[in-house]
Amino acid sequence: MNEFDQLYREVILDHYKNPRGHGVMEDADADAEGMNPLCGDEVTIYVRFGEDSDTIDEVKFSGRGCAISQAATSMLTEMVQGKKASEVAVLDKDELLDEIGIPLTPIRLKCAMLGLTTLKVALHKAKGTPLPQGLAGYDDLELS
Amino acid sequence: MAIETRPKLDAHKLRADFPIFEQQIHGKPLAYLDSAVTSQKPRQVLDAMRDFYETSYGNVHRGVYTLSERATAGFEGARAKVAAFVNAPSERELIYTRSATEAINLVAYAWGLDNLGPGDVAVVSELDHHSNFVPWQYIAGRTGASFRTIPIDDNGELVLDSLDELASSGRVKVVANNLVSNALGTINPIEQLTAWAHEQGAIMVVDAAQAAPHLALDVQALDCDFLAFSSHKMCGPSGVGALWGRRELLEKMSPFNLGGQMIHKVDLDKTTWNELPYKFEAGTPAIAEAVGFGAAVDYLNEIGLDAIEQHEHELAAYAIDKMSEIDGIRIFGPPPDRRAGIVSFDIPGIHPHDAAQILDWDGIAVRAGHHCTQPLMRRLGVAATTRASFYLYTIPEEIDRLVEGLHKVKRALG
Repeated sequence: MNEFDQLYREVILDHYKNPRGHGVMEDADADAEGMNPLCGDEVTIYVRFGEDSDTIDEVKFSGRGCAISQAATSMLTEMVQGKKASEVAVLDKDELLDEIGIPLTPIRLKCAMLGLTTLKVALHKAKGTPLPQGLAGYDDLELS
Repeated sequence: MAIETRPKLDAHKLRADFPIFEQQIHGKPLAYLDSAVTSQKPRQVLDAMRDFYETSYGNVHRGVYTLSERATAGFEGARAKVAAFVNAPSERELIYTRSATEAINLVAYAWGLDNLGPGDVAVVSELDHHSNFVPWQYIAGRTGASFRTIPIDDNGELVLDSLDELASSGRVKVVANNLVSNALGTINPIEQLTAWAHEQGAIMVVDAAQAAPHLALDVQALDCDFLAFSSHKMCGPSGVGALWGRRELLEKMSPFNLGGQMIHKVDLDKTTWNELPYKFEAGTPAIAEAVGFGAAVDYLNEIGLDAIEQHEHELAAYAIDKMSEIDGIRIFGPPPDRRAGIVSFDIPGIHPHDAAQILDWDGIAVRAGHHCTQPLMRRLGVAATTRASFYLYTIPEEIDRLVEGLHKVKRALG
């Protein structure tokens, strides 16, 4: 497989060109904005909880950015659907990376993690729980 | 009939001076199209630094032994070259800094904190790099002065008609602007801006980080009050830059960094400052880097700044012409004759980061991002752009490869 096909796998290009859960959610129960100032990726994540106020009923995202950041966020919305907020708030990044399934340089890793990190910030903000180590101090997230 | 003979440079020949081009990237020859972020280094500079370390290295202005004298002579000899490079009236007005950024911070802190206050206005432009934008925004905030920006038009050129409105908003005390925009390559009308600043009774600070590599600088002709630039964009090493300032202003200013070398006499209750330029050079400086900076000045002078400027205009014109063939491409900035060798562009539907990644696999290095100009990106309505930038070693064949690569990107992601 050549370099292009390794990084821009068909599934990545599919999510990039047809992002799932793309759009703005009015009256979201949780939301946060994230940006990667290095390359100008921006993402806002919106979450609606189910009746138990914990199960993630719906996730949407808006923003713009490179294929990796947008596809990873799109894949994330599918992954977390129906999961408990408390599980997602501590979701290991490797779970998402396995799903993305492509080799990433440290710089592109930031693109791939933008959606997940922003989602975690949104959930912690909504639940009033302290942000995990590494995210403390961020309200609206800036990864740099 | 007089025949105009423009000095020409031979980029193919000059490339042999740069060891970096001897390698391949991903199996392809390196096409380094990111010289605006930092330039590559010729053997002449590397050799000068190595030779200095091997034969003359010691600390400067300290010891009485031979090595220290040699080191001081190398360091001060380079200062003379760098001062002459911008036609400074005196070497004493040329202060070594770590970078152009530090040079601007020096002025913002050491001049700004004492000279700005409520009712005063600090002016920069929408084209400015964060290194000129943020220090003045911050120091204005600290002192209660207001902070205003000169807008740009859709060509990426300053709207000078807006100056009168800025003048009516308070006492304009400082105008700080870049001579060449790092993001778009625009060459700004600094003489006009300086004349206007002086009419307002303001000082003029020129960020020449992106201009110094590309065109001949003359602080006396520009008539500015401060000029900041750095070595790494002009074939010299990173870690050293320079601030030129008018002596009468520098004399009056408070110090910036405090410590060794910048002092005259230290008592328990009081310290007095060293003379210029040492008053602003606390601590052990980047000694070998300063020597490399001087060697870079020699290297550029040998080629000729006029020839470099001409070469870049030609490359910019060639690139804009070739790239315009790409369907949907949006190229930012003014016409080639009013820009340095910098071409920023956007291809709808393709994020610059993806473009840069795919181009890298063909050995082509371009910059993707906001180029440290977030307000400008917002003005252009983009999150980021892809930027190709050229220098004295850039050849048209590399631009052909870029265009070919962009077609490939479009096929893959478009």
